[in-house]
Amino acid sequence: MTIDKIGQDKNVILEVRDLRMHFPIQKGFLRRTVGYVKAVDNINFFVRRKETLGLVGESGCGKTTTGRCIIRAYNPTAGQILYRKSDDKVVDLVKFKEQELKEYRREIRMIFQDPYSSLNPRMTLLQIVGDPLTVHENLKGKELEDRVAMLLQRVGLRPEYMRRYPHAFSGGERQRIGIARALALEPRVVVADESVSALDVSVRAQILNLLQNLQEEFNLTYLFVAHDLSVVEYICDRVAVMYVGKLVELADTETLYLYPRHPYTEALLSAVPKPNPRLRSRTNRIVLEGEVADPARPPSGCYFHPRCRYVQERCKTEEPALRDIGNDHFVACHFAEQLTLRGVLDKEKLVG
Amino acid sequence: MNTNNLLLEVKGLKTHFFLDEGTVRAVDGVDFTIERGKTLCIVGESGCGKSVTARSILQIVDPPGRVVDGQMLLHLRRKGSNASEIEDIIDLAKLDPRGVPIRKIRGKEIAMIFQEPMTSLSPVHTIGFQIMQAIQLHNTVSKQEARNQTIEMLRLVGIPKPELRVDGYPFQLSGGMRQRAMIAMALSCHPSLLMADEPTTALDVTTQAQILDLMLRLQNEMGMTIMFITHDLGVVAEIADDVAVMYLGLIVERGNVDTIFNNPQHPYTQALLRSIPQVGPKARQRLDSIKGMVPDPYNRPKGCPFHTRCVKRIPGVCSKVLPQTVKLSEDHEVRCLLYGGNNHEGAL
Repeated sequence: MTIDKIGQDKNVILEVRDLRMHFPIQKGFLRRTVGYVKAVDNINFFVRRKETLGLVGESGCGKTTTGRCIIRAYNPTAGQILYRKSDDKVVDLVKFKEQELKEYRREIRMIFQDPYSSLNPRMTLLQIVGDPLTVHENLKGKELEDRVAMLLQRVGLRPEYMRRYPHAFSGGERQRIGIARALALEPRVVVADESVSALDVSVRAQILNLLQNLQEEFNLTYLFVAHDLSVVEYICDRVAVMYVGKLVELADTETLYLYPRHPYTEALLSAVPKPNPRLRSRTNRIVLEGEVADPARPPSGCYFHPRCRYVQERCKTEEPALRDIGNDHFVACHFAEQLTLRGVLDKEKLVG
Repeated sequence: MNTNNLLLEVKGLKTHFFLDEGTVRAVDGVDFTIERGKTLCIVGESGCGKSVTARSILQIVDPPGRVVDGQMLLHLRRKGSNASEIEDIIDLAKLDPRGVPIRKIRGKEIAMIFQEPMTSLSPVHTIGFQIMQAIQLHNTVSKQEARNQTIEMLRLVGIPKPELRVDGYPFQLSGGMRQRAMIAMALSCHPSLLMADEPTTALDVTTQAQILDLMLRLQNEMGMTIMFITHDLGVVAEIADDVAVMYLGLIVERGNVDTIFNNPQHPYTQALLRSIPQVGPKARQRLDSIKGMVPDPYNRPKGCPFHTRCVKRIPGVCSKVLPQTVKLSEDHEVRCLLYGGNNHEGAL
């Protein structure tokens, strides 16, 4: 199914259509291809301007790969990534060659997961944050330093630290450096790949607040890749849930958390530990049996059927398509309408 | 608190690391007790000394670190001559880290589950071999008997086809399965105390839910005591009976789980709870973050370690006096000057 929103809705800045990213598995002396890991397999979604779309799922479900396809760090196997330029023209990023992409590399930027491995230890902050400015705007000397100083200040770092190396900074500060680097070219879309996962609670709150401030200030659109559902609920306007390379549900945050329509979303929400001992859900928590399917050898039919509580014959053979069940709520489940699923517990009801 | 039912008492534990750059006081006077059959959660940010506390109890702190002060009293029960129970009290702090007595305790009385199941299992030995080693070391059993016990243990922790998996290597298992194997190994000698150092941090939420359920089920079945180290307050709320909040090598607040979450008194605990996003209707309220970051271990602030980031600090006092622990109620202790922690000549 194609959603085709970008044609109708002027507010849609990015639309992914039938995106596939298959990595070949090679074996033997001749490196013959013996199969494919279908890391991303036929996914569709769209992002509106100035909104935050969360991409959640367990490790290995393809959420990072999707993010990397969008910044074109990978060459997708098939599909389209439609991007609306600032002059309203829609272009397909998949078709572009490296040279033509340069223009978009400054508009779509990425904040990486691990603040330790994503900063070159031999470069000073000036070099790290200034690099995109040198490449794209040819800035040098005093001019460059001024811009970097301004950026560092904007993300809450002292400009005097410009000549220091990353090792002198803590995890939270390094993540700020990564954010400054991503924002250096005033991008329109930022892919934040697990950008708060490696941080401590108190620092995580600082970075989340910073991301929100920056979004308001620079009118940013975020694609927020994360596995922590409480963080996603906090920062995202809409959420897309992925399972083994497929999108299983996409809806606005409140609907998804309160009225999930896909059994996997239900299980995922129920597995989140709630930070309130009075809400202990030991007895009624849904614990998924078994393991996440292997994307190289996915099960037949619906990929989730071996672990699903509501599985029926049809699920084993027929693959459900992602369909709209009203109000921009997309689900890939044959029985989305019939099932009554449990969302996040309503606190008031429970305490009272 | 029932003093007869104590399993472990830690009093004034200090573990310091002697480095060229100076001494890092990773654990600097920690007191807590664990009752039999209960779950104590130790919460704190990275670098607050929670893992070092656990390692100190087992005397496996790597040099240049050393337990420099304090007592760790382990109450061991054994059957006496006329069927009565005798309680032996061993001070773990006095034992030689390389001596025989502590090695009889490690794995047998106190077992530990480590954070990263890939790096804490040997990649060149089968899972069965690693578990059997522990069983054979502490019990006089034949090889076949040990193997049977191992398979039984693997079945207990929910590993499918244990008779085949026992000869498998760690790399053949997924993260969740490896953590299960780790738990099987820790439980193989039926320890009285299980220490779990962030056992679910590297796992996905659904796998985390499986592992937490497993640990609680085994606790009920085997009557184990658990000391659970984590930074995830959600996990704490799910499993803890008692909670100790650590900051820079000190326990700043201790109480039962309901008190800590619904009536926290220390400014650090309060701030920590405000800074986590909640799942549910209140989710989109703006987060209160704690200003600044955990201070560098070489330059610990004088006085109360938290005063540099505290919103309720008393100017001129908190930066000078190290607060003493104040008992607010039977089961609730806090280390803060707001509650009169300077009565006893706070030492700097």
